[in-house]
Amino acid sequence: MNSDHNELLLEVKGLSVEGFSEDKWHQIVNGVDFCLNRGEILGLIGESGAGKSTIGIAAMGFAKPGCRINGGSIQFDGLELTTATAEEKRRLRGARIAYVAQSAAASFNPAHKLIDQFSETVIQHGLGSRDQAYADAKELYSKIRMPNPDTIGFRYPHQVSGGQLQRAMTAMALACRPDLIIFDEPTTALDVTTQIEVLSTIKDIVEQFNTAAIYITHDLAVVAQMADKIKVLRYGESVEESETRSMLSDPQKDYTKSLWAVRSFRKTEQNVDASSLPLLKVQNVTAIYPGTSKEVLTDIEFEIRPNETVAVVGESGSGKSTLARVITGLLPPRQGQILFEDQSLPSDYRSRSPGQLQKIQMIYQMADTAINPHHKIRDIVGRPLTFYLGLEGQAKQKRLRKLMEMIEMDPDQYLDRLPGELSGGQKQRICIARALAADPSFIICDEVTSALDQLVAEGILRLLDRLQQEFNLAYMFITHDLATVNAIADRVVVMLQGKIVDQGPKNEVFQPPYHEYTELLLSSVPEMDPDWMDRVIAERLAKGGLKSADN
Amino acid sequence: MNNILRMLAQRISLGVLTLFIVSIIIFLAVSMLPGDAAQAILGQAATPDTIEILRKQLGLDLPAHTRYLTWLSSIVQGDFGTSIGNGREISEVIGVRFFNTIFLAAFAACISVPLALVLGILAALYRNSYYDRTVNALTLTSISTPEFFVAYILILYVSVKTGWFPSLANVHADTGFFERLEKTFLPAVTLTLVSVAYMMRMTRAAIINLLSSSYIEMASLKGMKRLRIITHHALPNAWAPIINVIVLNLAYLIVGVVVVEVVFVYPGLGQLLVDAVQRRDMPVVQACCLIFAATYVSLNLIADILSILTNPRLLHPK
Repeated sequence: MNSDHNELLLEVKGLSVEGFSEDKWHQIVNGVDFCLNRGEILGLIGESGAGKSTIGIAAMGFAKPGCRINGGSIQFDGLELTTATAEEKRRLRGARIAYVAQSAAASFNPAHKLIDQFSETVIQHGLGSRDQAYADAKELYSKIRMPNPDTIGFRYPHQVSGGQLQRAMTAMALACRPDLIIFDEPTTALDVTTQIEVLSTIKDIVEQFNTAAIYITHDLAVVAQMADKIKVLRYGESVEESETRSMLSDPQKDYTKSLWAVRSFRKTEQNVDASSLPLLKVQNVTAIYPGTSKEVLTDIEFEIRPNETVAVVGESGSGKSTLARVITGLLPPRQGQILFEDQSLPSDYRSRSPGQLQKIQMIYQMADTAINPHHKIRDIVGRPLTFYLGLEGQAKQKRLRKLMEMIEMDPDQYLDRLPGELSGGQKQRICIARALAADPSFIICDEVTSALDQLVAEGILRLLDRLQQEFNLAYMFITHDLATVNAIADRVVVMLQGKIVDQGPKNEVFQPPYHEYTELLLSSVPEMDPDWMDRVIAERLAKGGLKSADN
Repeated sequence: MNNILRMLAQRISLGVLTLFIVSIIIFLAVSMLPGDAAQAILGQAATPDTIEILRKQLGLDLPAHTRYLTWLSSIVQGDFGTSIGNGREISEVIGVRFFNTIFLAAFAACISVPLALVLGILAALYRNSYYDRTVNALTLTSISTPEFFVAYILILYVSVKTGWFPSLANVHADTGFFERLEKTFLPAVTLTLVSVAYMMRMTRAAIINLLSSSYIEMASLKGMKRLRIITHHALPNAWAPIINVIVLNLAYLIVGVVVVEVVFVYPGLGQLLVDAVQRRDMPVVQACCLIFAATYVSLNLIADILSILTNPRLLHPK
């Protein structure tokens, strides 16, 4: 990794970018400097809104629609990108600076085959023929360990899995052997077992071709594996920058330290009486989606006691969210039943009584789409108060204020706002208030923190923990994030392809002896140690090949 | 592939069902009109007795459902009956007229569809430029002007004052192809002017709608040229809405040309319908309406099918 690190490739000085919204120009990036040598990897880290992606694509001389670079200089290998002509920049993009986007699924054109999208860059930049590009694509696909490298390129994007797409996009970025690749959160949308595969692919390939890279992410542990040096950003400004190891062991600024500390949250230990009657009992539930024949859930059986948090863990497609749909009655199971307080619940929510509906509430991943953008907070949270509890007038307003206080939001300030005026974390708090308004005893939390920044997510977890103690709530916490599980769960249910493969108290499941799949999951979660990935990959190779749910 | 076949079969049977329902509506609507063919034929000479006899001859005295079933079963066999007005086979009369209408529609479509696509793509490419605004303003003007007005303006300037093109589109069965093109040029241009705007605006909107998607941004970050981004990356994904509006306009070109045909005295289906209504020639009216409905239904069916066929997710299942 240390070969040839001395030749300067990219030098960014005083970069400023502004964006137009609400009839005004706002500064998004303000005076950021950095430089990058050939073959070097710079990690850009920060929360959403820190300007990471904006800086990343500005390094290509590009600004998203509605944004413009309004200051500073970007020198790429002797060419000043802020003053270069559109045609000069176009020749550079794809050929000498390439971009790998966060969502490969959205960034591949659905109308063309993978290999044609790969060759397009080569052909259009006049760097080779279609046949040469095809041959090169197949070679790269095999180098990054895609299954069936000779034929997979002839598929359309929707025909391959998310992890494969992300790798295909890395291959596409390499098509013209660029000097610099911008990786914009390339593994954020992936499952952990897939993420480690993609990360090691990226790392291999960047080393092999001595490509410089800017690696953008919000995940510290990931950047620790990838970067030679790290730059921390906040509100479009640089907080600090240093070599990866010293940044990890000895961060200077308070903000950096707070980022580093996020993963330390642990919930309050609950006194769950193991002998108490289960609040919810799922009995050998098997489910399929109407019109299909494949079982999405097979023989699911577990219990949740009052005051307990059960985390349901698994990768995408493992059936976690389907399980929530079965419990809430949105998807009647083909077999089995749900017992709530020892009473069998009707399998279809339409046959459940208001009392039964009231006791089970749900909080969703995307607070944005779970609340009506045209309703005021007062109406969103007030609706269940009227619907379930029959509250009106003074009593209702009093209860509303109380609920807002519970979620730590000022009732005077927020009750009459629209969801669009709130931040992501605040919207999620409103969803929590709406669930609480029904006075439930059991809440299903479906990936409630996945769309949030770590600091904000931590706030939500603390809030949920506090509410659990105050109101003796039981949670079913659906997540793919093992750090969250560690923070909040009492018991863990591990799912794989619609089946429960492992369950028990957190301390048992997450401690040796592990179940085979649980171990794969746990060992795939990146750690802050910069040597972690090399070590895990070496261990897995020694054990007889890489395992991945993806291939 | 099975999925697509099943979907096609579903769409086609829905289309047939729609036509069946439409045939009932047409039949009911026509029989609700005051007066009937017997009265119309006899005109001044009508006495209650003669009307009674003629009705019997024409089968108008039978109950409605019997008449409907007889009508439907002969249509299914390709027999539209005979015209009450002149006693000729309706299928013969309509055949010539239908060909004329289709000819005019096809002529107009050959000009307007490519024109709309090119204008729309260019407008999307140079969005918010003067070109874009001018094209938008002009096309808006042309849709908001009534078609007979456009037609008369054209006749005045391109025919009467300059004599470039004939103002009457009086074609016959033995009119040659090129003469036919010349004679139908003005009606075709009129139809183009009133229909190109919708198609152009939809093309522009469909493409612009896609320009904010991630794969378009990716294409520009791959250094693709703007024209290629639009034709190669946006257009293939924009076909479904564009095809829908094109087909709707084709349907309009066939079904909605009555006014234009009358202005240019063009012997098409629309004029036949107008004449038949005046003469209370109900079998002809019914036949024309049914043909119009069938055109509409089958064009929409084609739009549906093409939208499915341009969607890679449906065309190449996992």
